[in-house]
Amino acid sequence: MSSGIVSAAYIAASILFILSLGGLSNQESARRGNLFGIAGMALAIGATLIGGTPVSYGLVIALMAVGGAAGGFVAARVEMTDMPQLVAMLHSFVGLAAVLVGFASYLEPAGHFVGVEKTIHDVEIFIGILIGAITLTGSVAAFGKLQGILTSRPVLIPGRHLLNLIIAAACAWLGYCFVGADSINGGIWPLLAMTTLALIFGVHMVLAIGGADMPVVISMLNSYSGWAAAATGFMLANDLLIVTGALVGSSGAILSYIMCRAMNRRFISVILGGFGTPKASSGAGAIEAGGETVAVSANETADLLTSAKTVVIVPGYGMAVAHAQHLVSELVDALKTRGVSARFAIHPVAGRMPGHMNVLLAEAKVPYDSVLEMDEINEDFPTTDVVLVIGANDIVNPAAQEVPDSPIAGMPVLEVWKAATTIVLKRSMATGYAGVDNPLFYRENTRMLFGDAKQSISEVLSAL
Amino acid sequence: MIIGIPTERALGEKRVAIVPETIPRIIGLGFAVQIQSGAGEAAGFTDYDYLASGATVAESKETLWGASDIIVKIRAPEQSSADRAPAEITLLDDSSTLICLIGPGQNPLLLERLSNAGVTTLAMDAVPRISRAQKLDTLSSMANIAGYRAVIEAANHFGRFFTGQITAAGKIPPAKVLVIGAGVAGLAAIGAASAMGAIVRAFDTRPEVKEQVESMGAEFLMLDFDEDGSGQGGYAKIMSEEFIAAEMQLFADQAREVDIIITTALIPGKPAPKLIVADTARSMKTGSVIVDLAAEQGGNCELTRPGEAVLIEGITVIGYTDLPSRMAAQSSLLYGNNVTHLLTDLCPLKDGQINVDMDDEVIRGMTVVKDAKITWPPPPPRVSAVPKATPASVTEPSAQIEGAVKKSTVPTLLALTSVVGLILGLGMVAPASFMGHFTVFVLAIFVGWQVVWNVTPALHTPLMSVTNAISGIIVIGALLQMGSNSSVVMFLAGLALLVASINVFGGFWVTQRMLRMFRRES
Repeated sequence: MSSGIVSAAYIAASILFILSLGGLSNQESARRGNLFGIAGMALAIGATLIGGTPVSYGLVIALMAVGGAAGGFVAARVEMTDMPQLVAMLHSFVGLAAVLVGFASYLEPAGHFVGVEKTIHDVEIFIGILIGAITLTGSVAAFGKLQGILTSRPVLIPGRHLLNLIIAAACAWLGYCFVGADSINGGIWPLLAMTTLALIFGVHMVLAIGGADMPVVISMLNSYSGWAAAATGFMLANDLLIVTGALVGSSGAILSYIMCRAMNRRFISVILGGFGTPKASSGAGAIEAGGETVAVSANETADLLTSAKTVVIVPGYGMAVAHAQHLVSELVDALKTRGVSARFAIHPVAGRMPGHMNVLLAEAKVPYDSVLEMDEINEDFPTTDVVLVIGANDIVNPAAQEVPDSPIAGMPVLEVWKAATTIVLKRSMATGYAGVDNPLFYRENTRMLFGDAKQSISEVLSAL
Repeated sequence: MIIGIPTERALGEKRVAIVPETIPRIIGLGFAVQIQSGAGEAAGFTDYDYLASGATVAESKETLWGASDIIVKIRAPEQSSADRAPAEITLLDDSSTLICLIGPGQNPLLLERLSNAGVTTLAMDAVPRISRAQKLDTLSSMANIAGYRAVIEAANHFGRFFTGQITAAGKIPPAKVLVIGAGVAGLAAIGAASAMGAIVRAFDTRPEVKEQVESMGAEFLMLDFDEDGSGQGGYAKIMSEEFIAAEMQLFADQAREVDIIITTALIPGKPAPKLIVADTARSMKTGSVIVDLAAEQGGNCELTRPGEAVLIEGITVIGYTDLPSRMAAQSSLLYGNNVTHLLTDLCPLKDGQINVDMDDEVIRGMTVVKDAKITWPPPPPRVSAVPKATPASVTEPSAQIEGAVKKSTVPTLLALTSVVGLILGLGMVAPASFMGHFTVFVLAIFVGWQVVWNVTPALHTPLMSVTNAISGIIVIGALLQMGSNSSVVMFLAGLALLVASINVFGGFWVTQRMLRMFRRES
């Protein structure tokens, strides 16, 4: 097949990918969008297979079948609460593939560039492998944190900023050596050394970032995986890879930006890590709160809910941890049959990845039109009778608006305290990930329902 | 020194400057207290009560004024006598000290005469608005009483219950009361009216009083208008024309709904603002009552006649200017307490001698004549009033946040410039083929940027999983390398193909699975 046809197929695939992302602009067109993506991928792979000349089609198909089966197996079984882990794992595969393809491209004997072209190609390989390696181990570390294998607290090595600087300087020097090397044997060592440093850097960077910043980390790694693919595209002079990589890269960048904005954090300060360490809890927010909390029983909660006209439920990561979303959905159905208007309010950083709560609620068969974003629902709180906060803390903390020197000051929050009554379901009085005490708990119109979220909700349900 | 308490001669004035109850405390400071016979009668205190508490009684006005070093009274001394007796001011000389309400801003002539006579004069109505001076603040004490009494007068003229009731004979709705101006008098009126069971609404140009209003049990009416009416010293200031128009509209709307309006709006040194125009007042329901606490300064209501209660088309408009005097026992007690606190400050050694210390901010503020010189107005207070501090501390952090955002535009510009510079530099050295790919890259970033901003936040997780899947496009790279002659390259490419395939299949699959879960309300 001529290269012209392959290029045409690539253009079609690029367009299909763009349509695929565009389809996600609303729930109705989303599924069609995903099908566009699948079609684009099939077209791209098909054109490459027909246009290229693999040594063995059988081997290619076998490898893809094994990989595809593994992917399908995981995808079909993954729990929705574990989506962040799956996404982190898939990021790491892109990173790994970028590293492998980069090395393969460097070792490919057929490649014969000279002069500026060789320099540019070498730089492309170097950068591709660098980003790939950081994505690989960064994602593995993120996976570990999300899965609970690694601590979700920030791990802070003394002098970590200096260490990062040294790694960066060393990578730059190795890059200089690598590009300057005139043979593969001379170049492979700097390349390997850089890869090792980048792998270390990836782990180190993510370890220093606390659990609450995970949505940013995941989005950032999403972005990196895109840039890694784009760098591979440059390396192989393949426009489809470049386009796709750029699409994914900018998508991840936007998500990171949205997440940072939702936490009122600067991207750079998230990456530097260390947020949510005990040091932060000594802020004025912790001092100013304090006081009496009023505990309620499940029965009283049920009474409050049934005597209300409007109820808003604010889910947080705690709901996901307790796997309470199905019971919450039942609770909402029970309330709706009693004529109580029940809706959900989702903060952008609720959960461990962007949009996580929406997926969990969708899984629990909550219709998406009763799930509202923060900006849509914040003005409704003053007219709401009862707010049920399930396993959320920092995202409903009034200190963000009221205590100027609080660590979370300026973070947009769900203004649940404006409702007539707020019931907080919580395991204990522990602080959230930001380590900031929450004055909400001590408000006059706040009631605390202590205990495991799932247990509490099922008690409320039976009391109804 | 002897403190003399004369009988108030102003018409209708029932108060007395000091009540028997506080006399032992004044004597404790080393003073002797003399009272004109019958001075306390109108307020309900007999000469015998004063004698029993340690004071002496002077039979006539002349003896009292002549024998006293310090004259303590309520109203300013009369400048001309209504009868044959000498005017009060002529009984004072340069050895006298006078403590009473002066109204130094409104009565320059009086100040002139007092300074000519060399009378050291302390004005009870010139207490600086600082927290230390609150115990001396007669205006607050009297405003408190006036606010309370305003509600009583309103209730007296209002032919219904304040509180809502459901009786066997039928349902009675609660009275609706609008209080304009939430100063001391306004807050007292809110407290009294809500204690009587009425539904109370309040309006004030100073938004910071909202919490106080709500804590007294009223609803704070807000104008949809951004202007802060806080003036100096915790008083209100004059607002812009647009604000006043919006405010008048609010009152006109409220007037049709409420049963009772109590106005307390005063701006220091200015005639009272006309807030309830005649039409607004007439639009009220028959039987409604307006109590105008600003009557003395001309009134907030156009129909007000100062000093009178008038019935106009079924609406009672009360413009009494003597509300504190109508509760003479209560207001005399509070006035006496204020004076006693002042005397305590004036006599730190408790030796019966006063020291008008002009370095003391409170005493300096109250002293309007000293050493035959007018010392009013005082220099501006060193400490500003407390309420100002609260809004300032609230606005500061937001200003800081804004500042941070503004600062960050500079690095953004720098970054942009350096990116442009890099691209230019790249264009100078890179071959054409690379620049071709680079064009595609940059354009794709922008396309991605546009497309992804449109993604609904609810689908951010599927967005991530679908981008996971399509970044599996890296299989193309692996596929292209599968044709290599080198076994090492083949091995690496094969491994890449394997892992990238996981992404492609896993990503699309899980996305489809998630998207299938999203459903509308059936």
